[in-house]
Amino acid sequence: MMATIKQTINSLFLREFVSAFFLTMRYFFTAKPTINYPFEKGPLSPRFRGEHALRRYPNGQERCIACKLCEAICPAQAITIEAGPRRNDGTRRTTRYDIDMTKCIYCGFCQEACPVEAIVEGPNFEYATETREELFYDKDKLLENGDKWEQQLAKNIELDAPYR
Amino acid sequence: MVEYFLTHIWPILSIFVHSLAVLVLLLVAVAFLLLLDRKIWAAVQLRRGPNVVGPFGLLQSFADLLKFVFKEVIIPSGANKFIFIIAPFVTCTLALAVWAIVPISEGWEVANLNLGILYVFAISSLGVYGIIMGGWASNSKYAFLGAMRSTAQMVSYEVSIGFVLITVLLVTGTLNLTEIVNAQKSEYGMFGWYWLMLFPMFVVFFISALAETNRPPFDLPEAESELVAGFMIEYSSTPYLLYMLGEYVSITFMCALTTILFLGGWLPIFDIAPFTWIPGFVWFILKSVGVFFMFGMVKAFVPRYRYDQLMRLGWKVLLPISMAMVVIVATVIFAFDLYPNVATA
Amino acid sequence: MVAGIFFYIFAIFLIASAIMVISARNPVYAVFFLILGFFNATGLFILLGAEFLAMILLMVYVGAVMVLFLFVVMMIDIDFKELSKGFLQYAPIGTLVGVILLAEIIMVVGGYVYDAETVRSAAVPIPDVNTVSNLEAFGLLLYGEYVFFIELAGLILLVALIGAVVLTLKTGSKALRQDIATQVARTPATAIEMVSVKSGQAFSTNDTIKMNKRD
Repeated sequence: MMATIKQTINSLFLREFVSAFFLTMRYFFTAKPTINYPFEKGPLSPRFRGEHALRRYPNGQERCIACKLCEAICPAQAITIEAGPRRNDGTRRTTRYDIDMTKCIYCGFCQEACPVEAIVEGPNFEYATETREELFYDKDKLLENGDKWEQQLAKNIELDAPYR
Repeated sequence: MVEYFLTHIWPILSIFVHSLAVLVLLLVAVAFLLLLDRKIWAAVQLRRGPNVVGPFGLLQSFADLLKFVFKEVIIPSGANKFIFIIAPFVTCTLALAVWAIVPISEGWEVANLNLGILYVFAISSLGVYGIIMGGWASNSKYAFLGAMRSTAQMVSYEVSIGFVLITVLLVTGTLNLTEIVNAQKSEYGMFGWYWLMLFPMFVVFFISALAETNRPPFDLPEAESELVAGFMIEYSSTPYLLYMLGEYVSITFMCALTTILFLGGWLPIFDIAPFTWIPGFVWFILKSVGVFFMFGMVKAFVPRYRYDQLMRLGWKVLLPISMAMVVIVATVIFAFDLYPNVATA
Repeated sequence: MVAGIFFYIFAIFLIASAIMVISARNPVYAVFFLILGFFNATGLFILLGAEFLAMILLMVYVGAVMVLFLFVVMMIDIDFKELSKGFLQYAPIGTLVGVILLAEIIMVVGGYVYDAETVRSAAVPIPDVNTVSNLEAFGLLLYGEYVFFIELAGLILLVALIGAVVLTLKTGSKALRQDIATQVARTPATAIEMVSVKSGQAFSTNDTIKMNKRD
């Protein structure tokens, strides 16, 4: 009986409505957790898998030895490699190293498979393009990425090393 | 010649200028209210809301306007072209037409109609046509369903709005909006306004206004989740813009009407010195924006009604309450001889 | 002069839309033209100074009746060819009704032209627009002179309303109804029941039924 009266009074005076109003007003004035994206960016893990890059040794030599392990493991078959002829110095190099970024699923298997840490996925995720063709990366583009992001890439590998 | 100008041309010209002024100010106000709406919604959901275009995103609505205008108008091949195009104009024109009689301050209106409330009611009851025409002409099931829902909803809630208006005019004894505001003037300041005296009616009116303007929690005609956008689904570009504009103009109108009927229009909250310095139109705008803030907050914290619940609320809850209030108010006026001083025209 | 121009505009549109109502192929168009016709009639009323009547016409007919009309016309699938098949069959009756209406209009207009005073004296005198407002004049007539009739009309409408409810209200076990009040009034105490089930024994539903009967 008491409950019925209480219930009636509550619904008559829109108690739930009013309490909901005050609840929302509390949230209204709380600090917003939104990051003001292009101007502020959230932290990224060293393991973050973003845009691909081909790295070089400090002396400028390409790391990639054209072993094609990445091509083999790629589940999306986004990587195409053609190996060049053996050079006099006994090293093997790629003549063609293409990644179709529209196929890539960013699983990071190429990075895991690589024995010389040549192909890596860097921290960059802002590489949207205007055309589809621009997303078919070739060797030049990947090496350029590697040169551009080398500092960051090396640091990430170093940070992640203890856990490997 | 001069006399002819003064008697024939000048009145028409003056009405034209007045209308244009109201229209421009109204549309600019709507642009900022739209932003306010989005900001309120964002703030409640712990977001920032639009903040890129202009300082604090103040120019967001204008950017949206440009975007809408420059987009291609797509008319579905199965649509009835003429009615499809004319429908958003109907909505927009009717929404703007009601503003002709809104007194923003004493004497600040385009037309001071003696049958103001009737005019409001007549025009707002026509608002359904824009929606039903658009929904039908789109030749799409979703649009048609949305239009059907909207029509039933608006017709249902108009009934309780009608009773609320009748209660108010029982108390004031006039249909003129200016006189309704003046009738609320008393030595009690804001406690003499009708929101306190007719509190249940105030609540009923607010809820019905939400339903009448298809605002959440009564946004079933647009129901994003199941009808995609209801009657607007086939609309794009400028016609869509006109629909949205019409909707927001009628929302602002409902805010203004709430202010006039229950919150004392342009009257200051107390009739003493510091409050009376502020001009009337500022009070009016403050109150209207306050009501609009409540519109925005309700959108943020009330979950949407199911259709049968909506109909139940309209016909089984709000209608009996408002009918009972009409009888109660009439009885009180009769019993205690509180007849309002009817101004004879 | 301006009023004259507006009168002709409204009148021409009214007649044109009235003709379109009966000649439009699509019934939805017919309803739209009827709405346009009502609009123009509203304009004519305003020109006559009968603002109240104009607003009521807009509110009741255009705002409510026509919406329901449109609702029905849009919802049902009308085969217009099928409908207009036996058109000529009803032509004699239609013509008869038309002729009667025409004769009546001629009688009224003719009587007015012949002797305006007699026609005026037969009806209740219309108060001058300048002395009494539209609304007041209506109020005085409806709730003074014709109060009995308006109450009767109200009663008839009430009967129709109750009739509609009685006809559509389904009672009986088959009708599923939602009782919001009981739903809202549910508390954890009434909604949940704690049952201790002995290990190795199944929980029988009979116990639940018994428990429900208790409260």
